[in-house]
Amino acid sequence: MRIITDRKRAEHRGASGTGTEHHWQMQVSAVGLAVLVPILVYVFGHALGGDRQSVIDTFANPFVAILTGLALFVGMRHFAAGSAIMIEDYWRGTLRKALLIFVTSIAYIAIATGLFALAKIAL
Amino acid sequence: MPATNRRERPLSPHIQIFRWHVPMLTSILTRITGHALMAGVVLALWWLTAAAVSDAAFATANAVATSWFGDLVFTGSLWAVWYHYLAGLRHLYFDAGRGLRIEVAEKLGIAVIVGSVVMTILTIIVI
Repeated sequence: MRIITDRKRAEHRGASGTGTEHHWQMQVSAVGLAVLVPILVYVFGHALGGDRQSVIDTFANPFVAILTGLALFVGMRHFAAGSAIMIEDYWRGTLRKALLIFVTSIAYIAIATGLFALAKIAL
Repeated sequence: MPATNRRERPLSPHIQIFRWHVPMLTSILTRITGHALMAGVVLALWWLTAAAVSDAAFATANAVATSWFGDLVFTGSLWAVWYHYLAGLRHLYFDAGRGLRIEVAEKLGIAVIVGSVVMTILTIIVI
């Protein structure tokens, strides 16, 4: 028989080993995106449909370039962390690890691609 | 034999068995919209990167982005982004320990669904 108190069970940051860190990061990125996304939707909606030069002019604006880079980085981290919750709900073992690496990679590939495009346009 | 901690544990909602209800539908849709939004992100990133690279690359990407297929992806993404946005705000409200009574949670769920459609139409009008 395992004798363990509730206090003892709660120590050492639980089964995840990271306590509530994951949940907290989702909340932080959610609040950040709540500010960034509506502005980006407006900017993107206006730029879409224009010719190449007008698209370049839009995203070369320092405010738009920084906003887009920020929204992309925070958004993709929010995606990877959110997707991890789903993966941890439905898969286990090696497949779980492979899927976690997959979504993390997708997120960073999207970030790198977007930052490359922004740098080429804005600099 | 360990006599402790053998109490009945709750099962996860199983979508093929459980009766559908508003909080369940809105929760599942949050997850689906969050993942589906990657389609819009990929198309937008292709379009933006093509604009950065060359006229020829932009011509191809822009043709797809402004075709019926592009309209479908971006209009769908617009609804998904507003749905996920409102559902996310609702989750932050839940996290604060509020709105968890069943009647309130159901009303919030309906507000999220209706709100996402209204915001999508408003955005299309404004843009």
